[in-house]
This record gives sequence, C-alpha cells and structure tokens, in this order.
Amino acid sequence: MLLFLLRRLGAGVALVWVIATLTFFLTSLTGSDPARRILGPTAGLDQVAAKSAELGLDRPVLERYWDWLTGALRGDLGTSWFTNEQIGGLIGDALPVSLSLVVAATVLTAAVSIVLGVVAAVRGGWLDGLLQGISTVAFAVPNFLVGLVLSLVFAVELGLFPALGYTAFTDDPGAWLASITLPAIALAIGAIATVATQTRGSMIDVLQQDYVRTLRSRGLPTRSVLLKHALRNAAPASLTVLSLQFIALISGAVVIEKVFGLNGLGERATSAAGQGDVPLVLGIVVVAVVVVVLVNLLVDVVLGWLNPKVRIA
Amino acid sequence: MSILSDAGPAGPAPVDAVAAPARAGAVRRLLRNPVAVVALVWLVAVAVLALLAPLLTSQSPTASKITEALAPMGGDHPLGTDGVGRDVWAQLLYGARTSLIGSLIVVAVSLLLGLPAGVLAGYRRGRFDAVASWVANLLMALPAIIVLLVVLAQFGRSTALAMAVFGVIIAPGVFRLVRSSVIAVREELYVDAARVAGLSDARIMRRHVLPVVVPPTVIQVSQLLGIAIVIQAGLEFLGLGSANQASWGGMLSDAFQNIYAQPRLLLWPALAIVLTVTAFSLLGNALRDALGVSGRVPRVRRRQRTDAPPVVAAGGEVPAAPDVPDALLVLDGLRVAYPTPEGTEREVVHGVSLTVRRGEVLGLVGESGSGKSQTAFAVLGLLPPQARTSAARMTFDGTDLRGLSPAAMNRLRGRRIGYIPQEPMSNLDPSFTIGSQLTEPMRHHLGLSKDEARTRALQLLDRVGIPDPARVFASYPHQVSGGMAQRVLIAGAVSCDPDLLIADEPTTALDVTVQAEVLDLVRELQAERQMGVVLVTHDFGVVADVCDTVAVMRDGRIVESAPAERLFADPQHEYTRMLLGSTLEDTPARGALAGAGLHPEEIAPAPLTSGGPR
Repeated sequence: MLLFLLRRLGAGVALVWVIATLTFFLTSLTGSDPARRILGPTAGLDQVAAKSAELGLDRPVLERYWDWLTGALRGDLGTSWFTNEQIGGLIGDALPVSLSLVVAATVLTAAVSIVLGVVAAVRGGWLDGLLQGISTVAFAVPNFLVGLVLSLVFAVELGLFPALGYTAFTDDPGAWLASITLPAIALAIGAIATVATQTRGSMIDVLQQDYVRTLRSRGLPTRSVLLKHALRNAAPASLTVLSLQFIALISGAVVIEKVFGLNGLGERATSAAGQGDVPLVLGIVVVAVVVVVLVNLLVDVVLGWLNPKVRIA
Repeated sequence: MSILSDAGPAGPAPVDAVAAPARAGAVRRLLRNPVAVVALVWLVAVAVLALLAPLLTSQSPTASKITEALAPMGGDHPLGTDGVGRDVWAQLLYGARTSLIGSLIVVAVSLLLGLPAGVLAGYRRGRFDAVASWVANLLMALPAIIVLLVVLAQFGRSTALAMAVFGVIIAPGVFRLVRSSVIAVREELYVDAARVAGLSDARIMRRHVLPVVVPPTVIQVSQLLGIAIVIQAGLEFLGLGSANQASWGGMLSDAFQNIYAQPRLLLWPALAIVLTVTAFSLLGNALRDALGVSGRVPRVRRRQRTDAPPVVAAGGEVPAAPDVPDALLVLDGLRVAYPTPEGTEREVVHGVSLTVRRGEVLGLVGESGSGKSQTAFAVLGLLPPQARTSAARMTFDGTDLRGLSPAAMNRLRGRRIGYIPQEPMSNLDPSFTIGSQLTEPMRHHLGLSKDEARTRALQLLDRVGIPDPARVFASYPHQVSGGMAQRVLIAGAVSCDPDLLIADEPTTALDVTVQAEVLDLVRELQAERQMGVVLVTHDFGVVADVCDTVAVMRDGRIVESAPAERLFADPQHEYTRMLLGSTLEDTPARGALAGAGLHPEEIAPAPLTSGGPR
C-alpha cells in the first residue's frame, strides 16, 4: 500500500511538472509580444525593448524556464507583469476563497448524492423516476445560471444570504458559512446529479450481488445490510466519479466566483487571462494542478482503505 | 426488423447480419419514443432559427444604441433590448448560431482525436495504447476552464479557438469509451476467428469493430453537444467569448449586469440554454434505449431487495401435505410467480408441498430451472421483490411464515433457519474480514460481546475443519480458497444453532475432492445438532450420500417424493428414472467417492452401481 502511494505520488509530481512545463513553453513561445501588449500600441520601440529587458524576456527561453522552475521549487512563482506583486501572495490570498467554495461543494455533493442515490436505489418507484428526471435537468442547467437564480431569490429578494462577497472563516465563521452557502449549492447541483446517478447505479449493482442475499439470510437488520455492507461496496465507484467531479468543480468555481463576487482564484485567473498576465496564469495553473494531484492522492488512500484487495496487495 | 434486415451488407460474418438491422431498427425505435421526438423537434427548430436568423429579424444583434437601453418588449424589438440597447430577439437567434457552431467544433475535434486514437489503442494495444492512455489521463486531470483561460490569455478572445481547445480537453472521454469498446470486441472470439480466416485489419475494422464502436459514440456525441454549450456559455459569461459576436452566454452576462433593473433579461438566454442542453441530454438517453446499449442501470420499479414481499395465503385445491407430529417445515401448495413485461404473470413454482422433520435431511432434486432454488428462497423470504408468492400452508416450527413482518422474518433468518449458498466466493462480502462477517450475526442474534463472538467464531472455524482459524478470521475473502470460503459459509450458517438448514447446491462450485469433505461436514453438523436440512441439488450422488428423503422436482412441480433408499431402489416416476439413469452415466466414480465418506450407513451405493435393492 505504501509502495502504491509512493508510486502515485511520483506520478503526481511528474504530472505537475509536465503541465507546468507545457504551460510555460506554450505561454513563452507563442502569442504576441508581451511587452508590447502591456505598454499598448502607442509605446515606442525602445520603451518596448526596455520593458522586455525588465521582465527578463530578452533572455533565452530555456534560461527563463530554468529560473522559473528552480524558483517554483523554492516556492517562488515570480511577480505579476502588471502589478509587480508576488504571485505567491496573490494566489495565497485567493486560494482560501476558492478552496472554501470547492471543498464545501464537494462535501455537499458527497452527502446529498449518497442519500439520493441510496434512496433511489432502494425505494425505487416514483422517487427513483423523480431523481432521474431532476438529474437530467440539473445536468443541463449551467451552474452559474443556478447561481444567478439562487442569488436573485435568496439573497436579493429574501435577503437570507449575502448576494456578494466573501468573509474569511477566521474573521467570522457564521458569516463565512453564509457567504459560501449559495455559491456552494449552485456549484454542487451538477455534480450531485452525476454522483447521485452513479451511487444509485452501483447500489443497484451491489444489491444484486450474492453476498447481499447471504447477509440477509443471516437475519441482519436491513439498516446494516444497506448502510454498512452495500454502501461500503458501492462507495469506490462513487468516490472515483466524485474525484473526477472535483476537477469539474474547480472549473465551475471560476464562473460561480464571478456571480457571487468572490475574489478567488477564478477571479484572478479570469482577469489575468484577460490582461495576458502570463506569470500569474502560469502560477494559477500550477496551484490548480497541485490541488488536483493532492486530492487524487487522498482519494487513492480512501479507495485503498475501502478496498482490501488494494490495501493488502 | 425482418423487413429492414435486407438493408444490411450481406457479409458472411454474423455481426454484420445483426448489427445493421439493429441500427436501422434503432431509428424507428427512436422515433417511436415521444421524448426523443420532442427533443429532436426542438433541436431542429433551434437549428432552423439559427440558419434563418437574417430573415427573421432585421435588427443587428451587436449594434448597441444606448438611448434604447432596456427597452420593453414590442415594436421594433419583439423581446425588448438589453443593457446597452441590443435587440434581444436578434441576439437570441444569432446566439444560437454561435452555440451550435461552437458545440459542433467541440464534437468534431474530440471525435477527430478520440476516435482514431481509441480504435488504434484498443486494437493494437502495446506502446501506442500506453502513451495514448497516459496523455488521456493527463488531460483528464486538468480543470477545463483553467486551460481555456491560459489559451485565451495567449491567443486572445476567440470562441471558436476556445471550443477547439475544449474539444481536445474532452477528447479523452471519447478515447476511453472507444478504446474500451474495441478491447471488448477484440476479446470476442469472432474477431479472432476472422483474423485466423485471413481477413485484413481494415476489413475486420469495418466489419466487426466499427459496428460496436458507433452506437456508444453516437450517444456520447449527443451528450458532448450539451456539455459544449454549457462550457461555452460559461466562458462567454466570464466575458471571454469572441468580441462582437452575439451569444447566449454573453446575453446572460449582460442580464447579470442588469439583474436589478431588468431581471426578465435572464429568462430568454436561460431558457434557450437549458432547453437545448436538456434536449441533447434526453436525446442521448433515448438513443441509448433505442440502440440497446448496456451500461445504464435499469429503472427500479418498486422497493428494491430490502425485503421480499410477504407470502399470501392461498386457498383452492392443493395436495395437502401429510400432518406429521414433529414437522419442522411444512409447505403446502407453494406457488411462486413473476410478472412479465406483457403484464401477465408467469408461474415458476406450481403448488409445491413438502415436509421436513427435525433431524431429517430432505433432498430437493431437479435440473436447473425446475424451481428447486425458488422453493428454497421462498422459505427464506429471499425471493426478488417482484416475486408473487402464495401458499395454503407455510409453517416453520408451528409459526406461520405467510404475512410475517420483515422484522419477524429477520429474527428467524440466521437465528433459526441457516442458509448455505452455492458459490462460495461470491457469497462473502469482499470488503469485510471473514471474522467480522461471522461475528456480526452472532452479536445481533445472540447478544454476544465482541470477545465472546470472536471466541465462538474461532471455535466454529476450527469445527468446520479450517487449519488456522485465527489467520482465516483476520483474512479477507479474496485471501482464502473456494473450499475454505465454503467452510466459512457453513460455519456462518450454523453459527446461531439453527433448527433448519437450507443448503442451495453447497458443493456444485467446488473441486471434486473438496465436495465430499464439505458434504461430510454438512452431514456431521446435521447429526451433531439434530437440524432439519433442505438440500437443494441436481446431483443424485449427493442425495445418495446424505439425504433421508428425496423430492424430485420438474418444471415447478414435485413429481415424486420418497425415502431415499426406496427412491433409488424403486423409482416410480419416469422422470426420476431418467435422472437416475443420466447420473449413472455421468458420474461413475460417485459411488466410490461417497464410499470414502464418514457415514457409510447413510449411503446407498448399491442402487447406483448395481441398480438392485440393497
């Protein structure tokens, strides 16, 4: 198991490196002259050259790559081309906002999906039909649209939640929860549709297994058969889908942050992309991939714990 | 189907004959599905409106006139204007163009990359497969919008470019689906046969591989179209779509700016997106049904497998089981039926009556499909929930089993009625240790503490002949052999000292050498604990080994019932004679094997070997 995790960790580090390198060269070798883009069309040639030198863009690309890579390994992702602020600081400020949102949405997705999936698989009938209908629609509604409607109804009309802005957990836990409730719900809807459908499917599969009948033949309470044995065996498939959904949630958060005026990573990424602030975009990509790799590693650990064949082999 | 089968290419391979008409029939099946028709009509309507946009409005979708901002509906602007005075109706029409073109780009790019790569990786495997799979995994680890932001930061705002890149990001989905379908068909024998027969790779690909790959891909394309529209709207909402191009996402963005002044602006683009994406998604589901692609779990009709429906009392004329004073289990006129898709019921057990006394071993013999397992599961209350069960009498130790509540049934199951399944490996929960599976029922039924249950479980494991009980107790099912697992299941069945044991072909799945040992074990435990046993089997050798009485079942009826010795010596029913005859031919060594057992007095080898009475 330890060897397995070390291998996965190695693969994760390789993934981060490959993505960072690809992104670096994509952003360094293509596109218009960054100095010209920053200074605008009216700037003189010598001004542009001076700006290029200031940003270090006149040096060979491999040298720049090496500097960036060694810096990144030390935790230094460089400075923004536009504000001269440290990228690490810019991302560090925004990361808690995005992580709060994505983690809250993931927890919400897991909890609601398990309940819906199990109930639909076990109860069947109209409840199952209803869930499948809702899933189809939830899958089709863009999450930012859900966000807009939630914001309009619960924040603007009813005033139950703040419509805009984020409060740090350390400032006021209650206000923190209120500030991410609507965004997290909006973000989670689509993921819930996917994960609940998967949970329902794998529960139905597991409930048809021979060992479930044998467990029932032992006179165990239905609660134990369903929630201890069947759910445990259905969990790995759902967790795998959930881990893929986590990546989709990071994507979705970018848009949701705009709807609810949260100054998270997505907000940073959008404005950096709009301006062409390459070092900031690069830093955000690296941080996002690192988060994905860490979560996948966590999922591997949990899958190993759930599945004795992985754990013991 | 038969009319259309001529449309298929008249190839020699069976798959051609099957696949082509199946697909032709699929179109008709699709058009018979009202949901699919509504979805198709909507999508065609959107496409037509997008195409004819210049004819349907004279307004420009991008010309803003600040003086006409937020104009109401009517007049020159049938749906009013937005925050900067652009015509909403025109934006909606031209936005449909943007959305549809964008989603077509996504599908084209992802198919162009994913389809050939998937076919090649699945068909050739080897190094190309390894590399392609690695790239696919890499792409799947990337949050799509972040990648799109990088590209847009680098190359400037362009919806078409963004959608092409998104096509690349989503291509692994197509790749993986195609690859797994190709691998599945490659494993099939007929592809091997085709290769041996000397067909070229290209021919195999066209004849055998593509027919299998196309249906799931068509379904996936339908879903990709929907996903593309959502992602594109998201980008446009962020203000990263092409400048000076009307789009649904851009309309949402504008509506968001004016959400207080004019919330109605939200309605039209939202409806357009939601309805179009839903239509694609429903069309995908309908295609799946029409093409009959598996992978979708069937709809659960009713309460699923938590508790079997109660047995109902049945009157009518049924052969009454004789009243036996020490009867443990009495069945009288047991009937089991299942609903058919046509709405009628199909009966699989037609009035079975039998009696098992304390300490008696009843062999329930018949071929597969004779209803013997259905009878056994009816007693346990473990039939599938669709089953309709009725009986004139169904008692266990005087308790009426008919209409017993699930809770009351659970108090009997495991505690007083034990069950030994057929297939040892699939009947242990793979996620829990053998020890925990053994102790859970004992703690539940007997109220034992954790330590007491553990001690007792170790004793049981020792009793069923497991050499190292402590090791097996701590093991997971995949760590023990099949024979070992069956011993564990037997230990589980007798763990709470049941009065009745129901064994469903307990030795069929085991090695011949282990069969005799397991059978001996069942017999020993039975004698030790004076249990009544219902032994379901198709093997007269097993019956000869352990049974006191025999009931022969055929087509859901008991055709003959007699003490074992009498049945072997003098079978009355022709079917019994036929079964006995085939047993003699198939397993000549069975008598010798049985002779090795511990209970020579229980064996009736004479009729099996010589055919004469003992």
